[in-house]
Amino acid sequence: MAGIYIHIPFCKQACHYCNFHFSTSLKQKEPLLQALLTEIEQQKGYLEGEELESIYLGGGTPSLLSAKELDLLFQQIQRFHKVVDGAEITLEANPDDLSREKLQALRKTPINRLSIGIQSFLEEDLRFMNRAHSAMEAEACIDLALEEGFTALTVDLIYGTPTLSHAQWEQNLQKVFEKPIQHLSCYCLTVEPQTALDHFVKTGKAQPVDEEQAAHQFERLIEASKAAGFEQYEISNFARDGYYAVHNSNYWKGKKYLGIGPSAHSFNGKSRQWNIANNSKYIQALSAGELSFELEQLTVDQRYNEYVMTGLRTIWGCEISKIYELSPKHALHFKHKVQTFMQAKNMEEIDGNYRLTEAGRLLADHIAMELFV
Amino acid sequence: MKNIRNFCVIAHIDHGKSTLSDRLLEYTNTISEREMQAQALDDMEIERERGITIKSHAIQMYYKHTDGETYTFNLIDTPGHVDFSYEVSRSIAACEGALLLVDASQGIQAQTISNLYLAIEHDLEIIPILNKVDMESAMIDEVSEQIMDLAMCDLEDIIHASGKTGLGVTDILSAVVERIPAPKGDVKAPLQALIFDSVFNPFRGVIAYFRIMNGTVRKGDLVRFVNTGKEYNADEIGILQLNQVPKKELSAGNVGYIITGIKNSKEIKVGDTITHSKNPCEEAIKGFEDVKPMVFAGIFPIDNDDFEDLRDSLEKLQLNDASLVFEPETSAALGFGFRCGFLGMLHLEIIQERLDREFGQNVITTVPNVSYFAYTKKGKELEIRTPSELPEATLLDRVEEPYIVAQIITKPEYIGSIMTLAMEKRGMMKKQDYLTQDRVELTFDLPLAEIVFDFYDRLKSISRGYASFDYQPTEYRQSDLVKLDIKLNGDPVDALSALVHREKAEAFGRKICKRLKELLPRQQFMIAIQAAIGAKIIARETISALRKDVTAKCYGGDITRKRKLLEKQKKGKKKMRQIGNVEVPQKAFLEVLKLD
Ligand SMILES: Nc1nc2c(ncn2[C@@H]2O[C@H](COP(=O)(O)OP(=O)(O)OP(=O)(O)O)[C@@H](O)[C@H]2O)c(=O)[nH]1
Ligand code: SF4
Ligand SMILES: [Mg+2]
Repeated sequence: MAGIYIHIPFCKQACHYCNFHFSTSLKQKEPLLQALLTEIEQQKGYLEGEELESIYLGGGTPSLLSAKELDLLFQQIQRFHKVVDGAEITLEANPDDLSREKLQALRKTPINRLSIGIQSFLEEDLRFMNRAHSAMEAEACIDLALEEGFTALTVDLIYGTPTLSHAQWEQNLQKVFEKPIQHLSCYCLTVEPQTALDHFVKTGKAQPVDEEQAAHQFERLIEASKAAGFEQYEISNFARDGYYAVHNSNYWKGKKYLGIGPSAHSFNGKSRQWNIANNSKYIQALSAGELSFELEQLTVDQRYNEYVMTGLRTIWGCEISKIYELSPKHALHFKHKVQTFMQAKNMEEIDGNYRLTEAGRLLADHIAMELFV
Repeated sequence: MKNIRNFCVIAHIDHGKSTLSDRLLEYTNTISEREMQAQALDDMEIERERGITIKSHAIQMYYKHTDGETYTFNLIDTPGHVDFSYEVSRSIAACEGALLLVDASQGIQAQTISNLYLAIEHDLEIIPILNKVDMESAMIDEVSEQIMDLAMCDLEDIIHASGKTGLGVTDILSAVVERIPAPKGDVKAPLQALIFDSVFNPFRGVIAYFRIMNGTVRKGDLVRFVNTGKEYNADEIGILQLNQVPKKELSAGNVGYIITGIKNSKEIKVGDTITHSKNPCEEAIKGFEDVKPMVFAGIFPIDNDDFEDLRDSLEKLQLNDASLVFEPETSAALGFGFRCGFLGMLHLEIIQERLDREFGQNVITTVPNVSYFAYTKKGKELEIRTPSELPEATLLDRVEEPYIVAQIITKPEYIGSIMTLAMEKRGMMKKQDYLTQDRVELTFDLPLAEIVFDFYDRLKSISRGYASFDYQPTEYRQSDLVKLDIKLNGDPVDALSALVHREKAEAFGRKICKRLKELLPRQQFMIAIQAAIGAKIIARETISALRKDVTAKCYGGDITRKRKLLEKQKKGKKKMRQIGNVEVPQKAFLEVLKLD
């Protein structure tokens, strides 16, 4: 089974840390929607008829679209794909968009899961990030969504900002733990190149992320979420009672996915491709019946590296048998390289399945790099 | 022979030698329009990339003069950078004339003077050319004055030219015929040809470039190289155009190449004389003095198994570049490698880059130093080319270090800051000559060790580019030197040791530690960096352990980018050398010296 991702490249305002592709002008919303519909049709064969177990609307800010506009997209998907019963259909939503009326309208669409970009319940923190919503909206929208009958909720939180003390981080977490929410994503603030934050850091207007603070808050996150009954099933993702995110988990399990929209990535098991990250050019190309994208055919080395990089981040780990299937030589390399990390107790092995320990999770990138070929 | 003209193009760096050569080649149809590209003679990848000439390039062309006769020109384009001045002196030995270019916007510079003197010493006929006159900033009158003064010529002798517009090309070609004498020599005399350059071709072996002084050589002749005493068949001889063009015979006055199937670089010596085995010439032509390396550094393979391959590559490089010298060396930190001698830092950089590009040899270059003489209390003299060779302080009587005399040409307003720089570098001003009102030549006495590393960059920046610099070695003088050791987690790393003047040791040690802190990647444990003289620690820095290294997001759209990032890190890591338990990037050894 496979998944579809749709990228909605519009936002009300630019968050300082964000390096996603989006535009703050809504002028091209109509033609872009048209282009998305066209692309869904054009790319109908990409998944080779595999059934969909997930649809994910991300961005940008997909909650900027009306229920009517969203329905157009779902109808188009259903014209060309078989969506299984109970498929996970997620909408990324920002608190400032989630009014009661909006939520009621969304309930009438096939959407059955909301991923809410809370980021923080602290006003000062939200201002540092330049989020569009207030602390009050952050709290209110969760209750509203629950009241309106959205049972599958996930929220995003960010830690590591200079405006967030250790105590405040714990408070942010507790606010989520208290609510009937089964899923949580927590991201460490990252200074991505060519973002406003990057500029502030370079010009001395903002501090770079404090490694000690980030590490401490990450460690506290692991402990506190465990105590609250959450399982860290991926570096930044936590679920209660096995409520793993279907769509996102499939990225790490190497399943196929089709990405629709500017800058969206697709994967068919052998190659990855990504659409042009420019709204006008994307629209222009599709209105001429063409799709503008780049493609990368993956070599065995690259497939191995990706498997190690993504696998290590999850509780599913890296299975030596799967690596062996890809290439015996690479399996040997892997077994040889993991020794250091097993000894250092950064990794553990159970029945041929290699995973990071809690200590290892702080160094996931470093370890992946060491295991790369 | 009366229709042959041999000449070289000489100038300060970047004054337009290669560009003007393009125009001459174009005008004489030596290079077709299709083949033409800017600085066509700079055919090495590294030359094209850096936009400078590294090696002399000889090329033959034919020119129909106004007198109706066709002349054969052998032109040699030379490099302008100080490090490669020996290339100029060799080219000069094959010529009767020289085009001396002066950039009209820059005026006379340090290498204009030194290269001109080289040419005058060899009695070359000088054709002064005021180049780049198309430029708005050209100072025609002022620079003409300078040239007249320097080359002792009249205003009418100076040809105005532009490699950009092609102005002056016909004047230059006529002047070559009319002002440069035809080569002398006897076609019938025993063969006497000077090897002035050699290149290595992987398919054809060693190709020697020569200038015939006397006699005639034919394809298939049995020839002897006088100095090495070895004999070969002239498998192929020919002339140098954009490609090599085989010929049946070549006679006195001409320039050409010879292929004899020599595969081993040691068998050929630039400066040697070629003669016939049967009817040899009486004496060899006076060859070239061995070029003396100025800077020494260790070159080590990243992987010790590549030692023999590295030797092989260095030998091949030496064929194209006789100024490179090397001998085996062992380092406690790096294993087996070579101690190499270079003409300067640019030369070092280029050798390292060529090893990588042309031979796939990824190497570590250690901290460079000049060579010293140490005298022990027992009266023994030792040449010190690497810090580890310095005897212990208790055994040592004294150390001597090489000095140079440096000429710096600049504008009067920069004299002050240049003097401050020279003093900081332990230098002394000897002379100050005003070449014109706006142009002054300063002469300094300086330790070589102080100028080989960052002196030129500093000079350029304090003078906003208005200073040029040339130097010649003079003598060795006693000096108070100490060996500065660098330790990583307590283990001394010999490849990072340096010999420094006592007064500067502490500041130097502090800077190196600081720089290493920036250059060494963090690891899962803490790294202590220390600088020590003997047992005394004079500086210390620590690199904290890697605490957290994990990407926040890794979804569908992040995977490719993230993978590439980590792959890049991995690639860098493969170029690191493990010293004790610390990983040191290949570049770190050279980069530590770029202190400012
Ligand atoms: N305007 C102008 N620019 C020129 C002229 N001749 C050369 N240049 C420029 O000056 C720079 C140096 O030219 P080169 O021909 O490489 O100089 P060079 O003397 O061969 O340099 P080296 O061999 O490295 O010493 C290049 O950027 C040329 O494009 C000229 O007559 N006019
Ligand atoms: S709302 Fe989301 S996509 Fe838009 S700028 Fe903020 S973080 Fe980026
Ligand atoms: Mg040149």
